[in-house]
Amino acid sequence: MTTASSAAAQAISAPAFSARRSRAAEHVPAPLGTARLTRAPGPDLARHLTEFGVLPSAPVSGTLLETVRAAGLEGRGGAGFPAWRKLAAVSTGSANGRFGSRRPVVIGNAAEGEPLSVKDATLLGTAPHLVIDGLLTVAAAVNAAEVYLYAPAALLPIVAYALAERTDADGVAVRACAESFISGEASAVVNALAGRPALPADRSIRLTTSGLGRRPTLLHNIETLAHIALIVRFGADWFRALGTETDPGTRLVTMSRGLWAGGVSAGVSAGATGSMPAVAPGAAPAGATATVLEVIGGSRIDELLRFGGIDPAAVQAVLVGGYHGAWLPASALHTGLDRVSLAPFGVGPGAGILLALETGRCPLTLAASIADYLAGQSARQCGPCVNGLPAMAAVLSRLAAGERHPGLPGEVARLAALVTGRGSCHHPDGTARFVLSTLTVFAADVDAHLHGTCAKVHA
Amino acid sequence: MSARMLASTGRRAAGAAAAGSGARAVLHIDWTSCDGRGLCTELLPELLQRDDWGYPLALGYGSDVPVPAQLLTAATDAVSLCPRQALALFREP
Repeated sequence: MTTASSAAAQAISAPAFSARRSRAAEHVPAPLGTARLTRAPGPDLARHLTEFGVLPSAPVSGTLLETVRAAGLEGRGGAGFPAWRKLAAVSTGSANGRFGSRRPVVIGNAAEGEPLSVKDATLLGTAPHLVIDGLLTVAAAVNAAEVYLYAPAALLPIVAYALAERTDADGVAVRACAESFISGEASAVVNALAGRPALPADRSIRLTTSGLGRRPTLLHNIETLAHIALIVRFGADWFRALGTETDPGTRLVTMSRGLWAGGVSAGVSAGATGSMPAVAPGAAPAGATATVLEVIGGSRIDELLRFGGIDPAAVQAVLVGGYHGAWLPASALHTGLDRVSLAPFGVGPGAGILLALETGRCPLTLAASIADYLAGQSARQCGPCVNGLPAMAAVLSRLAAGERHPGLPGEVARLAALVTGRGSCHHPDGTARFVLSTLTVFAADVDAHLHGTCAKVHA
Repeated sequence: MSARMLASTGRRAAGAAAAGSGARAVLHIDWTSCDGRGLCTELLPELLQRDDWGYPLALGYGSDVPVPAQLLTAATDAVSLCPRQALALFREP
């Protein structure tokens, strides 16, 4: 790979897109059914082109923005912001001349530090050309000066192979991502690409205003990019043909169960996905199994569990959104996996992570292990996080271990409130959200621990 | 003005905005720089307490703390005098 900036500029200003316009995507019918991202039976370019047709010439920034906005695509990296907003921020800045002559940087983010999520790795392994299509589309639309794909080292060979299959992707610079929980946080990604430690930065200026090399920087999760690759082919209405009004389209979900306290940091693992349903069983050291599914937006969580081979009746709660997420009790599993339905639980679909906690296992023991793991994943930059997360995890561990001091739950809640909002990234907020959700949803278990009557399995 | 004025994003760039024109002054804490020396909590006791470990704590707020007009001078001093340069003052409409 040559230096990123020069190669990227060359590739993007080259007429690669328009040259291929004669073979427009209209020749390939829009995919029907739930298998969109998981449609191609293999990762190679030939099968990609057979399934999806060639990438249409990139729309100009404003057109892409309007199309993505009409599609209602939410980012799939975790925060769930509308994907068009970042495009708008970059476009507005350019139009205002606010950035002077600085052309933007576009980053495809495949850093997936969350141990419970393997959907991005699965997507990159099975449909790398959709990701690359989306990345090139966005890069061309905003006239990017540099284009990066930031991905786990283990996936770089498959990415390099896919890039080499194409003639339009010389400008994409591939970089191995850091492997920590917070490695995918946007400012940590920018720091890593700038050669600094992959840690979050204080954010008083948005990355879309000034990011990598002080250029306006547009960072999208790779699943978001893959959806964009299909939206520019088949349109916003096609995208909305599945899903709900507020959560249109499909989304990738990593579903797991059997995660025991000892396996928290190892998380889950999954192999490659195949056709629909894209099922990827795997085994972590602790025996947790993960399944990656492409599902319709707003699907009921209990139906997703059944679809993934998990009996909802054997589940006491589901953790939605991963280690920064919140629990849904068994009584709420009919809730849809969309932002509006999940709002009362203080969580959103995020990166599509579902962890089923089987009946009979102590939730406090598992939660204490997760809190302890998260405390250890602090970037150790911000005082309230460095000090508060271990303190909070320690008190939760005392409660989980059976200490019967009635003040313990209140102290956990106090520390959770104390760290919330007081960091340069959302790691303390997410950790506090998870811990508070544990106290709320498992109030009966907390009570049982305080009375020494918890009969569940502690491991 | 000796305070570091940041054109923060998401909020209207503020450097030139005059105080008292409806703009709201906000004190931003850069937690990656702050190491809890506590000077700001001494200069702004009405606004900032110290948490369990000595870091500034504004009840109900996280990294961006609204500053009432009567505390603007003290907040400006806190920004200037912070030994870690962890504070910034800006205004939002």
